[in-house]
Amino acid sequence: MTDTKGTPLVEMRDISISFGGIKAVDHVSIDLQPGEVVGLLGHNGAGKSTLIKCLSGAYQADAGEILINGEKVTIRNPRDARTHNIETIYQTLALADNLTAASNLFLGRELVTPLGMVDDSRMEAETRKIMGRLNPNFRKFNVPVSALSGGQRQSVAIARAVYFNAKILIMDEPTAALGPHETQMVAELIQELKREGLGIFLIEHDIHAVMELCDRAVVMKNGQRVGTVNVKDVTDDDILGMIILGKKPPQAY
Amino acid sequence: MTNTNSPTPAGSDATQGPVTRFLRATEIDTRLLGMVAALVLIWIGFHLYGALINGNGAFLTPRNLWNLSVQTASIGIMATGMVLVIVTRNIDLSVGSVLGFTAMIMALMQSRWLPHVFELGSPVIWITAALTGLLMGAAIGAFHGYLIAYARIPAFIVTLGGLLVWRGAAFLVARGETISPLDSTFVLIGGGPYGSVGATGSWIICALACAAVLWMIVSGRKSRQDHGFAQRPVWADTFLSALGCGIIIGATLLMNAYPWPKGIVKDYAAKNNITVPEEGLFISHGFAIPVLVLVAVAILMTILSTRTRFGRYVFAIGGNPEAAELAGINTRWMTVKLYALMGLLTGLSAVVASARLNSATNALGTFDELYVIAAAVIGGTSLAGGVGTIYGAILGALVMQSLQSGMVLIGFDAAIQQMVVGGVLVLAVWLDILYRRNAK
Repeated sequence: MTDTKGTPLVEMRDISISFGGIKAVDHVSIDLQPGEVVGLLGHNGAGKSTLIKCLSGAYQADAGEILINGEKVTIRNPRDARTHNIETIYQTLALADNLTAASNLFLGRELVTPLGMVDDSRMEAETRKIMGRLNPNFRKFNVPVSALSGGQRQSVAIARAVYFNAKILIMDEPTAALGPHETQMVAELIQELKREGLGIFLIEHDIHAVMELCDRAVVMKNGQRVGTVNVKDVTDDDILGMIILGKKPPQAY
Repeated sequence: MTNTNSPTPAGSDATQGPVTRFLRATEIDTRLLGMVAALVLIWIGFHLYGALINGNGAFLTPRNLWNLSVQTASIGIMATGMVLVIVTRNIDLSVGSVLGFTAMIMALMQSRWLPHVFELGSPVIWITAALTGLLMGAAIGAFHGYLIAYARIPAFIVTLGGLLVWRGAAFLVARGETISPLDSTFVLIGGGPYGSVGATGSWIICALACAAVLWMIVSGRKSRQDHGFAQRPVWADTFLSALGCGIIIGATLLMNAYPWPKGIVKDYAAKNNITVPEEGLFISHGFAIPVLVLVAVAILMTILSTRTRFGRYVFAIGGNPEAAELAGINTRWMTVKLYALMGLLTGLSAVVASARLNSATNALGTFDELYVIAAAVIGGTSLAGGVGTIYGAILGALVMQSLQSGMVLIGFDAAIQQMVVGGVLVLAVWLDILYRRNAK
């Protein structure tokens, strides 16, 4: 459904990356439209996290190119990714446990006073604002994030991605550590961000979440792309067949 | 954003005892209290031991405490840097040797090399020497940092190698000789009667420091108000102001209570055509220059570690190196900068240490790395990374130095001194582990 639309927000062409002779990602191409959620599926070790880390700047691809809004870009590190408005919510959340929510939210992009000192009060005030929107029950602003629950930590990680006006959001199993209530919260947030026109890559194991949230799904196996499907056109059994057997249903391309 | 959004510090604790409530309201760190208590115990213990066993309680005297402050300066300066190194999960074992090497270079410049170029006593000599020492320390540190960050050699190995290399280099440049005397202006940085600011100077510093404490409390209140955060109760802020100013005034009185020795007074009087009255002339030492250097370093390092991006990144790297990297922090370059800073502080420490002795010996700074690391760790720096404070490290340095000079004062053997210091280090880390376990 999206192939014929205008320039994709992101296009990753023919990406390959290997570690010590093992091809973790083998000539994979994916793309993402604005306002679209694309699910990335596959077994552990299928290469989906590795592929997406080439986009978030954690790894550099050995071959292939990345286009943002049709223009070729080079992403060497997470800073480059951020300048292209790519934000990532990592599976590990990537929080510094000894720092407060505000320090984590602004890590690497601190607000500073005219004298160049970090402005903790302003950062805390901004954090209170965005947390009031994402998770109104959040109260623990003055403690290290190690003292927070899994859901609270997750909302800090999400706030970090949302606060800086991401255009492209990468979520690596955002609900893996969450309870049902918090999972629902993340689902609602994804819907809202989608309405705002963000493009979202969602790495997810839960097939029901994929069916509910994603527009398209890309399935990977052994570092290669099995196929891409429009989620509306297939059943969850079709997708499971792709993940487990690498069997491509007729609707896939 | 209103106050209802956040629990006030003293709000929900009707069930807690007065002590807990007091600590909450004033936001005083309980660890800090514990360390101050330990320090007071050590001081009183040594004084009583001296008074009861040796018949002469010499510890709690202005003279000893003044000396203690000067002796703490060198270790304290390096400890402020070591805190940040340990916070990033690294270590620097080379500081003692780097101190020895830079001190030796500075001494050679002052007594051998530069007098050929400039007139003896020219201020160019000591300034050039001191700057060279600082830069050389920073360069050595940056080199260690480079090997750690870019060549990926573990910090323990790089700095262990440095410990041997720079001690050897210090021997080599002077062929093991003791280099003395140093420039007469340079030695003022090490303290002594002339290297102190006197009574009037001390009171001026005291007034400035008290004003700074009050300003910090008032501007803290204003900042909290601007952002609608909960305020400390007024009585708590009043108490903190009084406590801060009280400590500063007390320290000033103490330092001013230690007079110059008679010989120096006579010498000084003769030079300045003053007649010394029959009962002697009371000229106060006041704060020693090395102590003021330490205080300045402590303030700058506290600002650096809590109020700048550099400091924030240091703690982020210590808390989660991978997260720091993913947040776009160049962790390798940070490591180089951090070790360069450690080296710079070591160079400064070398200035203070060699100036105090008016010489540089090949053994200067031997075992300093252990005292510095111990000071940081006793001061609450976690070896697991991510946690540590500058003021804690300085208190830790004071504890280490108190133990050492206290044992000298009551006449303990050097062998016993070593055993006690080693034991205290292990004990402090154990207490720290217990404290953190309970805090969780």
